[in-house]
Amino acid sequence: MNKEVVKVENVSMKFNLMENKVDNLKEYVIKLIKNELRYQEFWALKNISFAVNKGDRLGILGLNGAGKSTLLKIIAGVLKATEGKVTVKGKIAPLLELGAGFDPQYTGAENIYLYGAVLGYPKEFLRKKFDEIVEFSELGEFINVPLKNYSSGMKARLGFAIATIVEPDILILDEVLSVGDAKFRKKSEKRILDMFDKGATVLFVSHTIEQVKAICNRAIILDNGSLVADGHVDEVCKIYEENYIERETGVMKPRKEKDKKSKKKKKKKPADEVVGKEAGQNPEAEVSNTAVNHSEEKADKEKLNNINLNNINDVKESILATEPDKDINTYIEENNDLLK
Amino acid sequence: MSSAIINFKKYRYLLYELTKKNIKLKYRRSYLGIIWTLLEPILTTIVLTIVFINFRGKKDHTFPIYILTGRLLYSFFSQATKQAMKSIRNNSGMIKKVYVPKYMYPLSNILSSYIVFAISLIVLIGAMFIFKVYPTKYILNSFIPLFLILVLSLGFGLILATLAVFFRDMEYLWEVTLMLIMYTAAIFYDPAKIEDQWVFYCNPIYHIIVNFRNCIYGHPLDMQALKISMAYSFISFFIGLILFYKKQDKFILYI
Repeated sequence: MNKEVVKVENVSMKFNLMENKVDNLKEYVIKLIKNELRYQEFWALKNISFAVNKGDRLGILGLNGAGKSTLLKIIAGVLKATEGKVTVKGKIAPLLELGAGFDPQYTGAENIYLYGAVLGYPKEFLRKKFDEIVEFSELGEFINVPLKNYSSGMKARLGFAIATIVEPDILILDEVLSVGDAKFRKKSEKRILDMFDKGATVLFVSHTIEQVKAICNRAIILDNGSLVADGHVDEVCKIYEENYIERETGVMKPRKEKDKKSKKKKKKKPADEVVGKEAGQNPEAEVSNTAVNHSEEKADKEKLNNINLNNINDVKESILATEPDKDINTYIEENNDLLK
Repeated sequence: MSSAIINFKKYRYLLYELTKKNIKLKYRRSYLGIIWTLLEPILTTIVLTIVFINFRGKKDHTFPIYILTGRLLYSFFSQATKQAMKSIRNNSGMIKKVYVPKYMYPLSNILSSYIVFAISLIVLIGAMFIFKVYPTKYILNSFIPLFLILVLSLGFGLILATLAVFFRDMEYLWEVTLMLIMYTAAIFYDPAKIEDQWVFYCNPIYHIIVNFRNCIYGHPLDMQALKISMAYSFISFFIGLILFYKKQDKFILYI
């Protein structure tokens, strides 16, 4: 079981940020002669090393621009590291940019084969899984319509359905859990959770600590391209909360009209975190109450945080416990999105 | 090397899909569709024949065949290299997002042009019967120039694709170069009448055209032309391969 499936050794990634991009010969020669070719070096990743064992679920935390996506792209093979080596064993499914390789003039059906080929699936496999993909994406008749007439949600659904049709050994997730409408999201979450159950190794990037805690058993923190913490998810999340969250909320000043809300949100934060871990009755009730009181958008967010859908039943019970005089059905109606 | 072969096997279906896409989308939404592949060389040959027949002397009734052989090879070469050159930039969205062996983009473009070219050879066959240039056993040799023009296009395509990523100017420069290649390839005149024979040695496709005409007109292959065209094809192919292989990881930083 302790087999390393992803091994990242001393990986560094350098980008040249040119002050003004030289992409024609004349400028290049002139600048070369004048010795004005200046590159501003930027190290997106500095000497990163870690290994992921089979079945591990690694969360990658970090602020914007910390190098998380660069790291995932290197592991997925899109970028090549300037220095260092990455070894990946097994079938890898990067759910990074769904639908890269779609052609807008092709119909959905044609795109299934095209995008499948881009992901490296063989033809027979795609032919066998074709119906399953169409069914999962819920496109129905639209499958024979050119992709340019699709809504963005339809495109995302098709991309997700194709990308997840394999049973990968390694799954790379970059906050793709929010695909399509609530119904489809639930379905896609279920599919990903199924992959977890089958023992897939997961690399997961997120800004939401609750998601990372719910999914991962190990986590690392990237800060300005350096690896600053590596260890069990709870410990690392604690470090992240202490060192980064405060900084982050300090920077992001809430808008005026949302002032009240955000205050409540801040207060609520500790409650949120308990949800994922302890599943205590009281905080959950609090969570669900706020979800009802506030807008739908809020409810959606809340639901995302409670990635563990089984919690919903607990929520129901707790509602009953705290407000026995109110009919449960009204709650279900109000929380329709949540409970679906 | 062996890992490259395994990788190619994994992605060969993608090569098929990309090639198919190029051909399919080229003529989608046009009324005549793939027929244009045939119509285009017919129309240009008619025009060229009308214009240049006076220079040639009216007694040569096979002049359209002469033009068609040169014209078909040249238009394949120009289409293939132009598309291959732009392939990396046109697919930049994909290159930035998913891993795919990068040679797939120029390769699929060249292959789709080659298939279109192969279809347009039907016009040549038809014209041969109309103008009574009947095939001899030498027509079997024609696979040699047809193969060499593919290798040559691959070589030039890879070189241009690499250069065009780093210098956008390449696209304009190559347009001009292609025009020079067309005028020095003896497509619609007799090369014997030209004093400066050295221009033909500078032309990468001229010697392939010479041998292709020999096959069609029922002459044996010109050995010297064969050697020169082989040198052009294989040297450009290897330069292209090495250049592309060495620079491909940097593409993403420039597109």
